[in-house]
Amino acid sequence: MRKKAKAPRRKGHWLVNLILGIICVVWFIPTLGLLISSVRPAADILQTGWWTVIPHRQWESVSQIKLDRETDLRKPIQVNGQTFQDDQLKAGVEVGDQRLIWENRRSRTVDVQEKKWGSSTNFTLQNYETVLGGKEYKITQPDGTVQTEQGSGMGRSFWNTIAVVVPSTVIPIFIASFAAYAFAWLKFKGRKAFFIVVIALLVVPLQVALIPILRDYTALGLNGTYFGIWMAHTAFGLPLITYFMYNSISQLPKDLFESAFMDGASNFTIFSKLILPLSVPALASICIFQFLWVWNDYLVSLIFLGSQPEVQVLSMSIANLVGSRGSDWHLLTAAAFVSMLTPLAVFFALQKYFVRGLLGGSVKG
Amino acid sequence: MDAGNEINVRGKQRFTPRLILLSILVPLLNLGVHTLIFLFFRDSGLPPMFNALLAVIWGIFGIYSIYFSLNWVVEQYPDKWKERVTPYVFVGPAVLLLGWLLFLPTLRTLYLSFFNADSTKFVGLANFGAVFTDRLLLTALRNNLMWVVIGTLACVILGLLVAVLADRSSFERLAKAIVFMPMAISFVAAGVIWKFIYYYQPGDEQIGLLNAIIIQFGFQPQGWLSMVQPWNNLFLIVILVWMQTGFAMVIFSAAIKGIPEDMLEAARMDGAGEIRIFFKIMLPVISGTVLAVTTTIIVFTLKIFDVVMIMTGGQYGTEVVATEFYRQLFMYQNAGYGSTLAIVLLIAVIPVIILNVRQLQKGGNL
Amino acid sequence: MKRKWKKNGSMTLMMVLLFSVVMSACSGNTGTTNSSQTGTEGTGNPAATTTSGADLIKTAKVPAGSELEKALNGEYKGKKVTMYGPFVDADEQKFNASIKAFEEATGIDIAYEGSKEFEATINVRVNGGNAPDIADFPQPGLLEGFVKSGKVIDVASFMPDDYMKQQYQQSWLDMAKMAGPDNKDITAGVWARSSVKSLVWYNKAAFEEAGYTVPKTWDEMMKLTDQIAADGDPAWSVGIESGAATGWPATDWLEDIMLRTTTPENYDKWVSGELPFTDPIVKNAVTKMSDIWFNEDYVYGGRSSIVTTNFGDAVKPLFTDPPKAWLHRQAGFIVSFFPEGLPADQYDWFPFPSIDEKYGTPALISGDIYAMFNDRPEVRAVMEFFTTAESLQSWVKSGGVTPPMNGTPDDWFANDQERRMSEFVQTADTIRFDGSDLMPGSVGAGTFWKGMTDYVSGTANLDEAMQEIQSGWKK
Repeated sequence: MRKKAKAPRRKGHWLVNLILGIICVVWFIPTLGLLISSVRPAADILQTGWWTVIPHRQWESVSQIKLDRETDLRKPIQVNGQTFQDDQLKAGVEVGDQRLIWENRRSRTVDVQEKKWGSSTNFTLQNYETVLGGKEYKITQPDGTVQTEQGSGMGRSFWNTIAVVVPSTVIPIFIASFAAYAFAWLKFKGRKAFFIVVIALLVVPLQVALIPILRDYTALGLNGTYFGIWMAHTAFGLPLITYFMYNSISQLPKDLFESAFMDGASNFTIFSKLILPLSVPALASICIFQFLWVWNDYLVSLIFLGSQPEVQVLSMSIANLVGSRGSDWHLLTAAAFVSMLTPLAVFFALQKYFVRGLLGGSVKG
Repeated sequence: MDAGNEINVRGKQRFTPRLILLSILVPLLNLGVHTLIFLFFRDSGLPPMFNALLAVIWGIFGIYSIYFSLNWVVEQYPDKWKERVTPYVFVGPAVLLLGWLLFLPTLRTLYLSFFNADSTKFVGLANFGAVFTDRLLLTALRNNLMWVVIGTLACVILGLLVAVLADRSSFERLAKAIVFMPMAISFVAAGVIWKFIYYYQPGDEQIGLLNAIIIQFGFQPQGWLSMVQPWNNLFLIVILVWMQTGFAMVIFSAAIKGIPEDMLEAARMDGAGEIRIFFKIMLPVISGTVLAVTTTIIVFTLKIFDVVMIMTGGQYGTEVVATEFYRQLFMYQNAGYGSTLAIVLLIAVIPVIILNVRQLQKGGNL
Repeated sequence: MKRKWKKNGSMTLMMVLLFSVVMSACSGNTGTTNSSQTGTEGTGNPAATTTSGADLIKTAKVPAGSELEKALNGEYKGKKVTMYGPFVDADEQKFNASIKAFEEATGIDIAYEGSKEFEATINVRVNGGNAPDIADFPQPGLLEGFVKSGKVIDVASFMPDDYMKQQYQQSWLDMAKMAGPDNKDITAGVWARSSVKSLVWYNKAAFEEAGYTVPKTWDEMMKLTDQIAADGDPAWSVGIESGAATGWPATDWLEDIMLRTTTPENYDKWVSGELPFTDPIVKNAVTKMSDIWFNEDYVYGGRSSIVTTNFGDAVKPLFTDPPKAWLHRQAGFIVSFFPEGLPADQYDWFPFPSIDEKYGTPALISGDIYAMFNDRPEVRAVMEFFTTAESLQSWVKSGGVTPPMNGTPDDWFANDQERRMSEFVQTADTIRFDGSDLMPGSVGAGTFWKGMTDYVSGTANLDEAMQEIQSGWKK
């Protein structure tokens, strides 16, 4: 029935497509830059812009002119019978369709260039190999020999991350949905007060909770365990998910519940047989957000799990990869792309559930 | 759990011994079983893949079985009690967890905000006075205001725009995927991506896109994030908008799809234009969703931290409350200032809370 | 509905699995560290390679009856000592290689955990009751707070004075003294690594070819700067960008100039907060620095590139062909930022020259102090091990670190430059520790960095910047 109703909808007006197309291009450019950079050699990334892989007109050297080594750079300089200032040669000066620019100012060499089509097409998978397989380090041993140590790859931290992320996504959504249902449709003492607290907790920076929680965890022996970090992520995610699920569940039509109650269904049955299926779009979207948040989290895992290789999560191994030399951009680009894959897969898998469920149309006004 | 026990005592005459036994046994059984599983995981040296899979299974089925078993017990109660206890079984775990892991720490923070740096001397409101007079912290407050106003407006408007346009375009799925994609990117990765946009280096060859573009137009390259003050804050906000519009878009999109088609058709029959339909029909219908998304993004921008920390480290006049809070609390070990800043965030969110509670009163009248 | 969910769940799982298969296929080994002996560059003779770890350790002067001796006798076999510190990546590997012999000889497992967020998270760990056994503090100022609150074990309680004196120079021992909870000084830890900061690096090959000479005094250095400018290049490459820590290289410059324009006593006063930043002495030093920094002809890329250039990238213009800049003042660790495979004879350093003869050529140093949070015999043994040069052997040989303890054989150093750094510290007229590392966090890792950055970027003028830095002192 819904399909039928959709058909006459006016789709694909050119203006709509154009505006949306422009937005999409703008949105995609930064990511495109990442993708291209991740397959470029380290040296290229730092020397030329990523867009130079696209064929374009660029200055290319055709010949060189050696000037007298004793040329005084503070005076006008003679090149091929024309005089130039030093500054001009520094920035490059166009003569006809040629450009003159210092090649080596010290040895007084001037480069003569012409515009040609070109693109920088050096591509490599080296960045990905290093990121996935681990870096190599040359270490001089006490006995003077040099050994190559292979750092740990991402395999182990990938599984650690899965063990952290999946329950940390499902558990809070479960807990929050039950709570949201109660807030929206059940009467009980303290409902309003609890709700206010939940919204207020939305804004509490989780950093304030780190020390107290760690203290309790240490006392209870929960520190460094999966269970501990699930609880932490659950607590940090709960306010938003509860608020969010409340918003979705409270908008479901009232008569739905009344008829279900008439049929003698219990709250638990209504919740699991009626509410959950109806909230699939909301569940799917909040699922993605919580998944992403936990997937990309660094601080919470660092505090409650630690960063030793056995327990390290992906975001940590990526951060450590960049390591002491802050400028390993080539590795970061590849690592960033690798770490994007799983969330994107989850997004595409859930995308079709974003539309409203069976009773989609009914919105409580 | 607590609520259940308390009610047991009060309503004894109607409870059979079996019920009482169940009310005690089931929670205990849950506790025992999960402690055992917990110990198994802690002490087992399983390979990471198995560990992960088993942990996932335990996490998911564990939480379901807890609710299921507790609810099963409550179902056995006399009707009147059932009605009273069920809500607490439903909200109980959420309230307990939040109370323990977030609410108590927040109270502690409030308490610490009245004390000096190492929490040894009561200083009253002195920290609040300092926060609102210190030049750096004032800059942080100003910047945070920029983030909340500009960031939220941009995210909500753009999100709504994309959602509406995508609904009518010929490439809906692709467009949504592209706008959503930045959400999947970690802040560290986003930092790299945007460095390729804003990067500035001495010399002619620029590897930052923005500088390459303005050179084409004959301008001098700029250090966008450091030298162009205070506009550098805007350049940072752009990053947030890029990342978070996908969030707004996804939610709005679901809401728009939920608007009954006949409602729109009727308006079209009456000859209303698409823009008029949007403002007169769509917007009122999805107003609840708009409030929810706006609230979420306001909260998010109030707490904004990672983007600033990764791109500028809070230098060059880009500090925000959360970065200052982090520095004060952890790096300068000044618990007084740090806690005060966290409380300032809490105060700032009060108007938003009031708005939402009104909505709750209006909506939740069952 | 349910069926659909299930189907989709399995699809997600499949994608995840697929991804992981790709990952493990690429990585070959999942996670574990493996090492392969290349040995091609190895210079060690076969006799050396057969020496067991235990023998290597026993060459260190181990005090009789100490926990270290017991550990070497295998009494703490199977015990674990946890360690937390800021270094990751290559440094972590070098550290692990350095302690391997000790671990093999004693059976103690030193579990090192590194994080770049160390400064922020050590506070959470310690106050959350989950302190590591040993923590590596690159900024002693950060440690002071923990000593004050009584969380740190006094290492003098088990390491006798004469042993410490044998291992370290007195100035190091003095710097490890910090006020405990009852305001009595305790020895807060042992110095495990150091770095010399007063070094000016240059591209040796190009330098000689251009006919420049190494300056001995500030005036000579300014003359050289002028000469290079006349030859058409900026002399200096400066970069102070470092994420949240942006500005620290500027504080190093200032400290070095302070040491050369005023008495060591004034420097100490300045570090302890008695001499304010607004004092003419400090302003004079800042002005000296700006003479170079704010002269567009002297600095590569000019003033605006100073704030935007990462400190690690700043050294790179020295090694392009031809060099885009010629001089770079930075600590010894900067060699690990040099282009990969640059031979040691291509570069060199000279001491940041003397400005006023009276104050000579002082050495500004920094160091990592290892502090101990849990008192167990095996932790004591490990701490004692860290006072020996043997604990740094691999690291020194791989380059990038100067041992603070006595008794490092000359032939351990990777090259002559590294050896001379150690020598420079031993023979310098005055040695002072990096001031910003000693100041409390709100100044040393806060307003000092920030104020210098604001000054260089032009957000604040000299007076404003100095006032802003000074404001970090008041509580």
